[in-house]
Amino acid sequence: MGLVATVMAVLPLLAPAYHVLLMLPFMAYAVILLGLNLLFGYSGLVSFGHALFIGIGAYTGAVLTTHLGVRSLELILLASAALGALVATPVAALCVRYVKIYFGMLTLAFGMVFYTFLLKFYRLTGGDEGMQVLRPTLLGQDLGGIPKTDYLVGPYYYYSLAVLVLAGLVMWRIVHSPFGLCLRTIRDNPTKAEALGISIVRYRWLAFVISAVYAAVGGALLGPPTGNVDPTLAYWTHSGNIVFMTLLGGFANFFGPVLGAFVFIFLQDTVMSVVPYWRLIFGAILAAVVIFAPAGLMGLVARRRPAEVAHT
Amino acid sequence: MTANLVNILLGGIFHAAILFLVAAGLQVVFGVQRIFNLACGSFYALGAYVGVTAVRAFTGAGGPPALFILPLVFGGLLVGLVGVVVERGLLQFVYDSDEAFQLLLTFALVLMLEDVIRMTWGTAPYSTSGLYLVYGQVTLLGARVPVYNLIVIGASLAIAVGIGWLLTRTAFGRIMRATADNREMAEALGVDMRWVYAKVFTLGTALGTLGGALVIPTTAAMSEMGIELIVEAFAVVVIGGLGSMRGAFVGALVVGVFRAFAIAVYPELEMLLIYLIVIAVLVLRPRGLFGGAAV
Repeated sequence: MGLVATVMAVLPLLAPAYHVLLMLPFMAYAVILLGLNLLFGYSGLVSFGHALFIGIGAYTGAVLTTHLGVRSLELILLASAALGALVATPVAALCVRYVKIYFGMLTLAFGMVFYTFLLKFYRLTGGDEGMQVLRPTLLGQDLGGIPKTDYLVGPYYYYSLAVLVLAGLVMWRIVHSPFGLCLRTIRDNPTKAEALGISIVRYRWLAFVISAVYAAVGGALLGPPTGNVDPTLAYWTHSGNIVFMTLLGGFANFFGPVLGAFVFIFLQDTVMSVVPYWRLIFGAILAAVVIFAPAGLMGLVARRRPAEVAHT
Repeated sequence: MTANLVNILLGGIFHAAILFLVAAGLQVVFGVQRIFNLACGSFYALGAYVGVTAVRAFTGAGGPPALFILPLVFGGLLVGLVGVVVERGLLQFVYDSDEAFQLLLTFALVLMLEDVIRMTWGTAPYSTSGLYLVYGQVTLLGARVPVYNLIVIGASLAIAVGIGWLLTRTAFGRIMRATADNREMAEALGVDMRWVYAKVFTLGTALGTLGGALVIPTTAAMSEMGIELIVEAFAVVVIGGLGSMRGAFVGALVVGVFRAFAIAVYPELEMLLIYLIVIAVLVLRPRGLFGGAAV
């Protein structure tokens, strides 16, 4: 981990700006996936609607910077987290009453409600054109004067990295706490967990809300690099893609989803520079992962100790 | 006023007829194989493109326009055979996997088929222009309705009856219902599961591709039509109840007609209303209106 951290810290000094720019969506997705995996890997619940919370975070940034004059990224992230939690509270309460396919369907339906709202309520959300995200200030520093690329590969890169590291540390604490242990117990044997006095619904609900907060924070980080957010961020295929990333990296490993996001972003960029048909290739990759390597890339690397391979 | 109402209602029923076909494909696969096939929308799109291509080739070769429905249906059904390839080539490996993996495999299909369509037919809308008006229009209670739409509604009803007959009156239908009820027992009684699964999945696929082929004369094929339709078909099966054929029928009517009225009255509400109904049904009655019935 130390090596990875060092590489990421010095990357903007060494790598071409183009690759540093690609690191920005990677870090945003890494935050989202850390949260998603609390639900997918640790709780065994597959959400097909998490793009809802990505959309909430992204649009919070857009509304705050363009309509309300709030430019501080700290405030944007806090507001996104709060809104993500606020929306997730009732949504999670309804969804966690179900498991498996019904859980997936209910989350998908909620995601599509928000997507349709973004698409149809044109005056509030800009419809399918989406909204602008103005350049946020970082730690009170107004960086409006420097060129956009310098802003993104410099201050914004390190800001995102700091958010990712912080999010990672918090998530590490969560999954290694008694709470995380309970989630795994519920995943592996719900009947036993209940007999032990663990409130299944309450634990799943909390895991859902935490993962929603992560998705909203990551979603807020996605906006500034492109300067624009649009409804496809909340579309169901986007939810599918983030589950794909998690599976690609390996949901049974803490760092698997982060690796998955990295490989997904960079591979997508490489493929798209050659042919426009990235979906065909990625669909084939996903099919291969599902059939041959359900434990993902991390599973291939760490085949020697399949310690916590989950609900396969 | 009446004319307007009839127009909206018939538009809704036409949409419901198409939705029913796709949803029936989804239901039959879920009922027997326990796989929620996200790619059913992609099959629908594939059927649409093949349908347009077949019709264009037919009229291009000098076929009489009034018979365009023949190549349309033939093309739509033929491309349903892609179901065998998908089932034997991919799905058969995940029957013992967790539901999440099955779902993701069908999602992989969604991604792949979308690009297959883009590679084959490009991104521009693709249509048979006004060919469907060759059958003319009739006036019903003051509303002018294309005869073609009525043919599609009739065909969909006939297929619904046909599926009912297949399920309840034929040996294969009994085998399907037995498999849906208890796979191990059916297998122990000598049913070759590979054969049943291949046939059921192909049937499900062909229903979707036929739906796509039938809708396409009235609109234009676009590469996103699949991923857009799957969420509507999804709403249909949730409202009706997963795995139930009667559910697919009623769910399609509910979604089709509600959507038509929402578009006419308050367009912003279009799909929002449908998803709110879906959530209400899932929360209040998770098995749907007709859930629990075998297939």
